[in-house]
Amino acid sequence: MTLALETTDLKIELALADDWFTVCELSTLLPGRGVAALLPDGRQAAVFRDRSGDLFAIDNRDPFTGAAVLSRGLTGTHQGRPFVASPLLKQRFDLASGQCLDDEAVRVTAYKVRTS
Amino acid sequence: MTATPEATEATPTIVLVGHGMVGQRFLEALAERGLTATHRVVVLCEEPRPAYDRVALTSYFSGKTPEDLSMTDMEFIETHGIELYVGDPAIAVDREARKVTARSGEVFDYDVLVLATGSYPFVPPVPGKDAEGCFVYRTIEDLLAIEEYAKNATTGAVVGGGLLGLEAAGALKGLGLTSHIVEFAPRLMPVQVDDGGGAALLRTIEEMGLSVHTGVGTQEIVVGEDGAVTGMKLSDGSELAADLVVFSAGVRPRDQLARDCGLTVGERGGITVDEQCRTVADPHVFAIGECALASDGRVYGLVAPGYEQAETAAATIASDEASFTGADLSTKLKLLGVDVASFGDAHGTAEDCLDVVYSDSRAGLYKKLVIGRDGTLLGGILVGDAEAYGTLKAFTGSVPPVAPESLVLPAGAGESVQLGPSALPDDAIICSCHNVSKGAIRGAVTDHQCTTVPEVKKCTKAGTGCGSCVKVLGQLVNAELEASGVEVDKGLCGCFAQTREELYEIVRALRITTYQDLLDRHGREGARGGDGCEVCKPAVGSIIASLAPTIGASGYVLDGEQAALQDTNDHFLANLQKNGSYSVVPRIPGGEIAPEKLIVIGEIARDFGLYTKITGGQRIDMFGARVEQLPVIWARLVDAGFESGHAYGKSLRTVKSCVGQTWCRYGVQDSVRMAIDLELRYRGLRSPHKLKSAVSGCQRECAEAQSKDFGVIATANGWNLYVGGNGGATPRHADLLAQDLSDAELVRLIDRFLMFYIRTADRLERTSTWLDRIPGGLDHVRDVVVHDSLGICDELEKLMQAHVAHYRDEWAETINDPEKLSRFVSFVNAPDTPDPVVAFVPERDQMKPDLPLLSIGMRPADVLEGSAQR
Repeated sequence: MTLALETTDLKIELALADDWFTVCELSTLLPGRGVAALLPDGRQAAVFRDRSGDLFAIDNRDPFTGAAVLSRGLTGTHQGRPFVASPLLKQRFDLASGQCLDDEAVRVTAYKVRTS
Repeated sequence: MTATPEATEATPTIVLVGHGMVGQRFLEALAERGLTATHRVVVLCEEPRPAYDRVALTSYFSGKTPEDLSMTDMEFIETHGIELYVGDPAIAVDREARKVTARSGEVFDYDVLVLATGSYPFVPPVPGKDAEGCFVYRTIEDLLAIEEYAKNATTGAVVGGGLLGLEAAGALKGLGLTSHIVEFAPRLMPVQVDDGGGAALLRTIEEMGLSVHTGVGTQEIVVGEDGAVTGMKLSDGSELAADLVVFSAGVRPRDQLARDCGLTVGERGGITVDEQCRTVADPHVFAIGECALASDGRVYGLVAPGYEQAETAAATIASDEASFTGADLSTKLKLLGVDVASFGDAHGTAEDCLDVVYSDSRAGLYKKLVIGRDGTLLGGILVGDAEAYGTLKAFTGSVPPVAPESLVLPAGAGESVQLGPSALPDDAIICSCHNVSKGAIRGAVTDHQCTTVPEVKKCTKAGTGCGSCVKVLGQLVNAELEASGVEVDKGLCGCFAQTREELYEIVRALRITTYQDLLDRHGREGARGGDGCEVCKPAVGSIIASLAPTIGASGYVLDGEQAALQDTNDHFLANLQKNGSYSVVPRIPGGEIAPEKLIVIGEIARDFGLYTKITGGQRIDMFGARVEQLPVIWARLVDAGFESGHAYGKSLRTVKSCVGQTWCRYGVQDSVRMAIDLELRYRGLRSPHKLKSAVSGCQRECAEAQSKDFGVIATANGWNLYVGGNGGATPRHADLLAQDLSDAELVRLIDRFLMFYIRTADRLERTSTWLDRIPGGLDHVRDVVVHDSLGICDELEKLMQAHVAHYRDEWAETINDPEKLSRFVSFVNAPDTPDPVVAFVPERDQMKPDLPLLSIGMRPADVLEGSAQR
C-alpha cells in the first residue's frame, strides 16, 4: 500500500512545443493499457505504461480510420520494442517512435514523456 | 363465406384425379390464376389423407408425424371451395359423356379432367412376392404397416439399391432390424452415380451397419408354412434369411384409368401428353406428374418437373401461354446422412468428354466432373460432400472461371487444412478486398522471403481489409513454407511456441492464473519478461477466464492484470464502432422480452440519442454511445433488470428461438423455455471465439438452429442437437450430434461439447472450422462427448458446473465499483469533455457517425510527419 501512496504523487508530463504538460497521476495508468489525454491545442495523446514502468505517448488518432482510439489498443513487445495495436483494424505502432510497423509510409506523432 | 359459385349447369367443372404433391400444386396454381372462383373444382383422392410430402416420407421414422408431413392446408381447400373427396378414387372415366365415376358410386360431370395419379411401386414378378411380410415403400400407410410388422421381425431385406431403397433400408435399421440391400446393378444408386460414386457410397453405407449385395437379382421370396416370408433366394445361388422384405425396385406410371378410357399411353407406360400437358387423345383431359409421358418422351419421377407440369396445365386451362418441354434431372439429396448429387451429363455420355475425379475413400468422398474438350463443364457427380452443387450446377454448360479440379477439391476448411490451399489455382482470389491472388501470396513467400503472415500481409496487402481471409492466408503461407522445406512454426504467436490448445493444458494443469506468469515461464526465450503481443494477450485472457473458477483466478474480466489483456471491446464491455463510439446490447434471453423492458430500451435510446437496430440474434443494439455514457446507460439498464449481453466478448452471444409449442400450431416442444435456459446457463462463458445458438420448436426450423455453433431442434420425442453450423463468410450446415435427447441429456451434452471445444480449439477458431480441422472430425468429437472415449466427460461437466455457479453480471459489478468506473472517460485529464471526433449527423429519423469528420480530423501536421492519406 505504501508503494501506491508513493506513486500517487508522481505526475505524468508530456513535452509539447513550448513546455511540459501535465496529463495525470502515474497511478492512473494500468501497466499494459493506455489512456487518452486532451492537449491544449485540441489534439489528443495516447499515453501508455509498459510492464517495466516505462512511459510512452503517441498521437491518439488512428491514421487508418481517423478515430481517436489508439489509447484503447492492446500493447506488446515486437523485437524488443513496445507497440500498440489499433483496436479498429489492428495496425501496430511503435510506441517510442510512432512508426507504423505494418506500413512504412505511416507514422504518428510521438511525444517525450517524464514523471515529476 | 366461399368464393365458389353455385354449382349450376353453367359453372364449368374441373375434376382432378389424384391428390399427391403435384395434384396439390395444381390446385394452388388454379387458385393463383383465379380459376377456383370461376370453376367448380372436384378432387378425388385415393389415399386416406390429403396430399403430403412424399419426398420426406422417411422422416416419419425420425420423428415426424403424418400431420407434420401434410402439405394440405384445409383452410386453403375451404377458402377456395374445393370439393376434396379423401379415400375415394376415380374408377372410371366416360370421355364421351365427360363423366368420372368415383368408387363411392358418385358421378361427376367435367369440362376439364386432370389426371395426377402418380406412380406405383414396381414389384418384380418373383414367386412369393405377395407373401405376408412383403411390403412396398410409397405411402404413409406402407410405412405404418412396415413399422407394425417390424415389431416381430429381426432381419429386413430391401430389393433395390436406389434412392428409396437406401432410405427404406435405413428405416428398417432404425426400427432395430438387421438390414440387407439387394441391388441388381453392380452399384448402389445406379441411375444417379457412376461406379466410383457407388463405391464411395457403398463404404459409407456399410459403415453404418447395412449389408449390401450388388450385382445380384432376387429370384424367389422364400415363404414359410404359415405363409410369411422367411428369406430370399438370389441369382448367384445364395440365400438370405429375412422376415421382412421391402420392394423398392423403381416405379411405374399409374395409367390404368387412362388406358381403360382409351387415352394414348406410351410403350413403357405413361399417359402421352403434349407441351401443354394435354393428352394427345382428348383436349378435355390433362395428365401431370409421374403418370404423364411428357412431350420429350420421358416420364419424370422428380417433384420439381411435376410442379412445372402442374403450373403448365393450370396456365393452359386459364388460356395463358405455357409449355413443358422437359426438365433438368439434376438432384441433390441427403441419404442416410450422406450427400449425393448429380447434375447435367453425370455419366459422361457426350462425345470426347473427359473426367476430373477426386476420391477419398477414407472420408467417403467422391467427386467427378465431366468436362468437354473445350473446357466446358458438362455435368458431374458428388458423393459425401455436395456443398459445391449449387455453384457447379450454375457453371454447367459454360467454361468455369477457375480450373475444374479446384471445384471438386475440398476448399476452405476441413481436410483443406492440408489440401485446400495447395488445391487452389494460382489465379484464385484469396483476398477479395485487395484482389490478391494465391499466386501473389506464394510469390511473397518464394520471391520476397516472407516467412510469417504479418510479413505477407505487409508485402501483398492480403488480409488487411476485412480480415476474413487471414485463416486461409495462414494455411497458404504454411503450405508454401513447408513446400520449400522451411520448418513451420505452429506456435500461437511470436511470444509463445505452443498452440492455444497446449497453452490451455498448461494453464489448467499448472493452475497459472496470470498472463505474465505464463509468459515468463512458458513463453519463447526472447519474449519472457516482455509485454507480449496483441495476439496472445486476449487468447490467454480468454483461457484464464474460461478456467477461472477451476484454477482459482478471478472470473471478472476487468480485475487486475486481466484488464490489460482484453481487447477494447472487453475492456469497456461494449462494442467499438468505426468512429470510436460504442454500441450497447443488453441480454434478451431467447429473444423474449416484456413490453415494460422494451419501453426501457426505447427510453434509454431516446434519452441518449442512440441509433437502434434489431440484431440478427433477436435483440436490440443501441449505437453511438461515448465511453463516458456507458456506465450511465448501464446503470439504467441494470436497474430495469437487464444484464450484459456479452456482444463484445468471445463468448456466448444469443440463443435464438421460435415461439414453439406454446403458440405455434406446429410446435412440438417449448423452444422458448429451452432457449432461455440455455442462454442463462452459458452466458458469460469465455471461449476461443463467439458462440451462437438457437432452438427451433419443430422440424420447420424457424430459428435456423442448423446455422449455429450449437443448435437444437425439437422432435416429438425430445431434442436433436446439431453442432458446428455457421453463417458468415464460410457458411456451414451444422452436423447432427445426437437425437431425441431429454432436457437433461441435451444440457449435459452441450456442456461437454462446449468445454471440449474451449479446450482444443485454436484462437479465433469457430466450432465449424474446429470440427473440420481436428483429426477425426465430427466422429471423434462424438466419440469424446457422447461415448466418453477419452474418459474426460466428467471433468468437462465439472468445468461447466463451475462456470455456471460462478457467473456474475459484469456490468452490475462494474457500475458498483468506483475505481473501475473511473476508466470510463474519453480523457484522463478532462473527464467531463466528450471526444470531439465522436459526432453524428441525422439519417432516416435517427443518426449516424459523422464520417467526414473522421477525415477532416487528419491534421496537416500528421501528414507532414509522414502519415499517408488513406
